[in-house]
Amino acid sequence: MNYELLTFIWFVLLSALLCGYAILDGFDLGVGILHPFIAKDDRQRRLVMNSIGPLWDGNEVWLVTFGGALFAAFPVAYATVFSSFYTAFFLLLTCLIGRAVSLEFRSKVQSPRWRKTWDFGFFASSLTAAALLGIAGGNVMAGMELGPRYVYQGNLLSQIYWYPLLIGALTVSLFAMHGAIYLYLKTEDELQDRVQRAIHPLFLTFAGLYVSATLATWWHVPHATENIANFPILWIVPILNALAVLNIPRAMHLKRPSYAFFSSAMVILAFASLFSVAIFPNLMLSTIDPAYSVTLENSRSSQATLGTMLIIAAIGIPCVLSYTVIIYWIFRGKVKLDPHSY
Amino acid sequence: MDVEILSRLQFAGTIMFHYLFPPLSIGLGLQLFLCELAFYRTRNPAWEAAARFWTRVFAVNFAMGVATGIVMEFEFGTNWAAYSRFVGDVFGSALAAEGIFAFFLESGFLAVLVFGWDRVGPKMHLFSTLMVFLGSAFSAVWIVVANSWQQTPAGYHIVWHDVQGEQMPRAEVTDFWAMVFNPSSVDRLTHTLIGALVLGAFFVASVCSFYLLRGRHDAVARRCLSIALPTALLFTILAGATGHDSAQKLVETQPAKLAAIEAHFETTDQPTGLYLFGWPDAANKKVHFGVQIPRLLSLMVYNDPTRPVPGMDRIPEDARPPIWLPFQTFHLMVGMGTLMIVVAGMACWSWYRGTYGERRWLLWAVVVMPLAAMTANQAGWITAEVGRQPWIVYPSVQNGVEMMGMRTADGLSESVTAEQVLSSIILFGIIYSLLFAVWIFVLNQKIQHGPDSPEELTEYKRRHKDESMSESIGHGGTAYGGSLMDKET
Repeated sequence: MNYELLTFIWFVLLSALLCGYAILDGFDLGVGILHPFIAKDDRQRRLVMNSIGPLWDGNEVWLVTFGGALFAAFPVAYATVFSSFYTAFFLLLTCLIGRAVSLEFRSKVQSPRWRKTWDFGFFASSLTAAALLGIAGGNVMAGMELGPRYVYQGNLLSQIYWYPLLIGALTVSLFAMHGAIYLYLKTEDELQDRVQRAIHPLFLTFAGLYVSATLATWWHVPHATENIANFPILWIVPILNALAVLNIPRAMHLKRPSYAFFSSAMVILAFASLFSVAIFPNLMLSTIDPAYSVTLENSRSSQATLGTMLIIAAIGIPCVLSYTVIIYWIFRGKVKLDPHSY
Repeated sequence: MDVEILSRLQFAGTIMFHYLFPPLSIGLGLQLFLCELAFYRTRNPAWEAAARFWTRVFAVNFAMGVATGIVMEFEFGTNWAAYSRFVGDVFGSALAAEGIFAFFLESGFLAVLVFGWDRVGPKMHLFSTLMVFLGSAFSAVWIVVANSWQQTPAGYHIVWHDVQGEQMPRAEVTDFWAMVFNPSSVDRLTHTLIGALVLGAFFVASVCSFYLLRGRHDAVARRCLSIALPTALLFTILAGATGHDSAQKLVETQPAKLAAIEAHFETTDQPTGLYLFGWPDAANKKVHFGVQIPRLLSLMVYNDPTRPVPGMDRIPEDARPPIWLPFQTFHLMVGMGTLMIVVAGMACWSWYRGTYGERRWLLWAVVVMPLAAMTANQAGWITAEVGRQPWIVYPSVQNGVEMMGMRTADGLSESVTAEQVLSSIILFGIIYSLLFAVWIFVLNQKIQHGPDSPEELTEYKRRHKDESMSESIGHGGTAYGGSLMDKET
């Protein structure tokens, strides 16, 4: 297969992995952000946590696999991204560890103080993880201070300014809304009523941030719209995005929550696609000199490796999809507590 | 302190902490599968109680492994960016394969294993247990392959790339299977996996022996011991055999490491002896307080007691690894291995004679053996990694051409400062200490609680059946959630 095509396929596959991660871990991060506000007692908290109990770990694997695939397909980008976001990534890792153990350990001891501590850990780490993912995305969108030989010249403080913070807030609100719709599907009775009351304000918050972020991107990141201007067919992505956003309140109003969940998943898909369209053909844009940017071409692996990896993906992805479907099918339906719950 | 030392400390610390958990997951995974297989074939509730109990222990351990493992994957990029750019073409594909082939498998079926007891049939549950075990083992396969490639690189060539006017080298794959089956990967993989199986077997034997000492959960403990003790003996012996194979290969692939672990300073024309223990002093090229068995190293390495083994003097001065640490950790590993063979042998013999439960000293010896297994695993890892310094990628010979390697000092991220690394070490030091305390606390709780008695289990299942029946005809389904649950927690 031709080198350029292989490179492009890997760019698309990586976008798909990132998108799969955002859709799947998005709802369980959202559940983590919402749970102190939505669940009123210990039993409801356990129901909320167990709604993602069997699934969060598999969802997080998408991120791990994205990391591995980025390392393999675009090693220069992998090295540059992770060393540039050094402090932010260690905070993210702290959050991911915190989430995993909060879920695992919370219900292991019968003490209100113990449970409160882990509840807070679960909330704070979910919120911070979602915000950091958004902040990192915002920075990559806007470009970063990359110098010669891909050496990053900024630091954590230069990564935290209004634009990435806005994208961070957008991500938090999107995941919270996505998580709320998921919870609506998984709960019943009083808890479901509480979830339902939260969805509307969450949607409005998200919609407000969505409009602001769109305008801000137009103004602050002019190169983001270049590809859309050059290939007008790509207009379909922002249009679908807007339609999917509008469809969420409509579906909730029609009492079709699974349709609403599908729509919020599509919103995430559209965001991930917009992100990919906006940065292509760069992976990290240098704000110092475009010549220092990490592009698909200068960061990719050899043709042989991209080809071998494609074979690995062709064997692996159908397996992954089939047992993902099996697991989601086994754990379908409303969440119930049983002796194996958290 | 400089970035190199800090980054190496950070990597060593995070990986050693991580490495407490996956070997236990792999080893316990096999024991769990065997318990469930026994339950599947006999339908004896004691086996079911055992399987459910080990599942709970497994889940706690697995969560720790996942949580600490994510750190490892990103650390290559954060702290070792130059290394990542140099080897990404080779090393990255192994990591990606791990994600696709192993992580998805284990995390998916773990859900069925832990949460699926009452949702899927026994056959599906047994299958899921097997998949989780295989998934965790596959994960080890790819990680050890990637690490072995660093030790004995194969199947690649060096290509120079123009980076903004500067020429930079990069390792690129020429032969994927030669990369995977590099000269050390199979030996190192079998030895590592067997080390994990030893730990799992001794862990189960330890907890069950503790129950016998306390006179609790007798039926479940004896059943599990009948699996754990023989597997412990089998795998400790295999660990010795595979370790021997690995060590024999070193003389060709990494002679510096061999010289370091044996503190063999000067090559002579005499046969080489083997130190049982000692205190190597690299500056004076001496081993203080050393006890040496003549000719044994020659015999072990070449199967020939007369052939001299090359020493550290054959290695260029700037390519010599430290000696004291690999020497001590290697001897610690071998010592622990020998101790475990002896204890497992005595325990099996006593079990065979039917006197196992009566010998309290032997029970206590088995109770502490997981510590020996953990120590051996950690010590083996330190030997392997410190023994390959100063190389992060060993230089190798491909088709008669000497290929460049990479020094650890050259693999660092240029943009990362010492303060950043130090603060991440402090951050993770605090988090990991807390996690370790919580892990021990929860593990202890689980072990103190022990398996449910088989009668309790039958009672629960009867009630659960009633519940789900009443639920299906429309009476409040969530009523039992609270009370029954709290008993378990």
